[in-house]
Amino acid sequence: MKSWLTTTDHKRIGLLYFWTAFAFFLIGGLEALIIRAQLARPDGGLGVSAETFNQLFTMHGTTMVFLALMPLSAAFFNFIIPLQIGARDVAFPRLNAFSYWAFLLGGLFLNASFIAGPLFGADRLSVAPDAGWFGYANLTSRQFSPGPNVDFWLLGLQILGIASLAAGFNFIVTILNMRAPGMRMLRLPPFTWMTLITQFLVITAFPVITVALVLLMFDRFFGTHFFVPQGGGDPILWQHLFWMFGHPEVYILILPAMGIISEVLPTFSQKPLFGYTVVVYSGVVIAFLGWSVWSHHMFSTGLGPIADSVFAGTTMLIAIPTGVKIFNWIGTLWGGQIRFTTSLLFAVGFIAMFIIGGLSGVSHAAAPSDLQQTDTYYVVAHLHYVLFGGTILGLFAGMYYWWPKMTGRMLSESLGKVHFWLTMIGMNLAFFPMHFSGLLGMPRRIYTYSSDLGVAGFNLASTIGAFLIGLATLVFFWNLLRTRWQPITAPSNPWGGATLEWAIPSPPPVYNFTVIPTVESRMPLWHTERHAPMPALPERPPAPIHVPGGSWWPMITATGLPILAIAAISRTLPLVFVGAAVLIVGIYRWAYEPFEM
Amino acid sequence: MPLALFVVLLLLTACGGAHLPQSTLTPASDFSADLFGLFKTVFWWAVAVFIVVEALLLIALARFRARPGAAAPKPVHGHTVLEIGWTLAPALILVFIAVPTMRTIFATAGHAPEGALRVEVIGHQWWWEYRYPTLNISASNELHIPVQTPIQLEMTSADVIHSFWVPRLGGKRDLIQGRTNRIAWRVDSTGEYWGQCAEFCGASHANMRLRVVVQSDSVFQRWVDQQRTAPATPAKGSAAEAGQQVYRRSPCIACHTIAGLSQGKVGPDLSHLGSRATIAGALFPNTTEMLRRWIMNAPALKPGALMTPQNLSPQDLDAVVAYLQSLK
Repeated sequence: MKSWLTTTDHKRIGLLYFWTAFAFFLIGGLEALIIRAQLARPDGGLGVSAETFNQLFTMHGTTMVFLALMPLSAAFFNFIIPLQIGARDVAFPRLNAFSYWAFLLGGLFLNASFIAGPLFGADRLSVAPDAGWFGYANLTSRQFSPGPNVDFWLLGLQILGIASLAAGFNFIVTILNMRAPGMRMLRLPPFTWMTLITQFLVITAFPVITVALVLLMFDRFFGTHFFVPQGGGDPILWQHLFWMFGHPEVYILILPAMGIISEVLPTFSQKPLFGYTVVVYSGVVIAFLGWSVWSHHMFSTGLGPIADSVFAGTTMLIAIPTGVKIFNWIGTLWGGQIRFTTSLLFAVGFIAMFIIGGLSGVSHAAAPSDLQQTDTYYVVAHLHYVLFGGTILGLFAGMYYWWPKMTGRMLSESLGKVHFWLTMIGMNLAFFPMHFSGLLGMPRRIYTYSSDLGVAGFNLASTIGAFLIGLATLVFFWNLLRTRWQPITAPSNPWGGATLEWAIPSPPPVYNFTVIPTVESRMPLWHTERHAPMPALPERPPAPIHVPGGSWWPMITATGLPILAIAAISRTLPLVFVGAAVLIVGIYRWAYEPFEM
Repeated sequence: MPLALFVVLLLLTACGGAHLPQSTLTPASDFSADLFGLFKTVFWWAVAVFIVVEALLLIALARFRARPGAAAPKPVHGHTVLEIGWTLAPALILVFIAVPTMRTIFATAGHAPEGALRVEVIGHQWWWEYRYPTLNISASNELHIPVQTPIQLEMTSADVIHSFWVPRLGGKRDLIQGRTNRIAWRVDSTGEYWGQCAEFCGASHANMRLRVVVQSDSVFQRWVDQQRTAPATPAKGSAAEAGQQVYRRSPCIACHTIAGLSQGKVGPDLSHLGSRATIAGALFPNTTEMLRRWIMNAPALKPGALMTPQNLSPQDLDAVVAYLQSLK
């Protein structure tokens, strides 16, 4: 127990991220199922109240984005990146631990709102955030959201933002500075490349949301008027700030999954990634363009025809590097010897489904067309084809691919295939009909709809599909759990992968590499035209390897953050000093902690 | 997937408007027709790209499955001509989408020609207020406009952000306090068109609905005249007269306007409530039964509604309902 609380080992932190994020993924999924159950029938549905429904969709979005998808990617960053670049750990192992604890505590703080009602004298148990995951001003002002709901949201996101920023800097330094000898930038595995790009987006996008949340906090706690029109503020300013963060955030969610399938496809077609440099550079281009499109979320706010044209144009440009990536993935499969493992199936599922999300995205980019589709179920379909059909399928591909490396145990392929097909059928049944619900006039974020709209059938199909996804996820959960009782039998390279993580035992020893390898090609474990496979590493380290010991201080320091948040939300001044003291003492002791413990 | 495409085709071609009152696929104004035209352009390009790319993917999967004993695949690293080709191809397709997009953006910017009928739309949690500055009348939730006439909507909000959306008449635009957004349209034919708020605006966002009643010039003129006339005074001794007395001494007057009687501005103007087809933000039909339930406990029917439950005796309730229905 103590060794897990104080761990600074990137592999253990990776597993902590994985299980925590997976638990939040199940919670977010449960919220989605209640939403879908309510919408299965028109005119009142199951009888979920408007207030509860608004909390559920807000928490579903917030949970999936910040507590499930980002940290599931982070689980792979943590576990896999140091192995792929031939390092013993990340650059700042204790900062890495701090990121995890801040993420966990931020997530718990956010979800505590479900049962915190009585503490605030509310007449209901749950005071969960209820203004939507993008929390549009001025609905979030104290006047229109007087309860603690929005406070939980903005303080929780601040904590999670700190966790993400710390991790972002950590991984940029790790990837740039900790590469094994010979691992030039254009020899980095594609997953590492996409992670690097993602982390640059994190460190540039999260400060924007941080500023926006600080302004909102001042509006709500100290009576300023940044977003309040009566006081001279502007609610549209919030939308600009939020989407300046929010659109790069979309790429923060999708690029790691693109990186994963760029590893999975070559391994299982037994062919190098087609157009490696083009795939890498198109990732960079996507990230750059990702900064220039934020207002396409705001076409209906009346930006004027010039701005609409510019943002429609930049948005369409993103389709080009995205298309290039898809063609290169198909080029990787083309001419290969494809082994249909579960991991490959999910990677192929990613391509097939992401195309649909990309194409419906073009109808949103065409600004006037978007005026009919934005804020309807059509955009709900679009974003789920991108984030479920894209990110989640990609993450599943990664889980089947790397689980043996992470645990030393193989997942069941037959359960995996059941999981895959149930997921595919479920997601298409859930999300495809949403295009029609939207085109026929069903707005998003409504707890009830009139049977006269003629969308009840589509909604029922979506609900059945959502429950199939739920069933598929249970199959996957069982597949994960049952490996715990298996002996550790996974070979070091079960799939015949080409990258360094497959050169060491599964699971890797605490020091990762007995000897830091010297890298001579992009695919060090494969026989290429110019290079023989890398020679096997010695089984035992030739000299003792120094591994940093554990530390309590990252966790203690992280505890200061939710204490400050609780102080703010309960308006308890002494608690502010307690939180600040924990933070300051924690950072001080951390800084002066002896190197060995 | 082919099935899904088939359903789309079916919808595009076979949809009658009547049974799908909020369909974006059956445009009924110049504005919505422009948007639908652009959507169709994007849609057919998307279908073409979808078929080509998914087919390539399926062919790759079918042709290159691993066979036992086969030689190791040739380690191809890339192909410059192919890369250039599949960069240019999507770029070219996008030109065919971008040009009509820009054209439509400027055509639908929301400025009606000179002489259009101006209507100010004001969003409230959770109902719509309409003011006709040139006609000197106002209405709520049901927007009456003449057919085949350019209409200029000038929209703002009294509280949070709302979005005015009548799918068959056009795309949505947001109502934002302190700003004015515009929609311009000319509706092709008379009839009733449904819409609802499209931007999440709090507890009863789902219940913030609206109707647009498009009328011939003469019918519209009759409606305008009716709205301009002060509501009739109820006959002595009638139930409506008793109801007027109840209304006069009730808290209703603090929030509602009835011309000549009260000037409340919080809720909708009730001067001509009896002439409306719906109540409560176009949520319920304007029937005796619904009016009774609404007055007795509005928040139970519409979560978050500001109107507090009224504890009226059955006689008083009947009287007030009779009075409100008399306000034609």
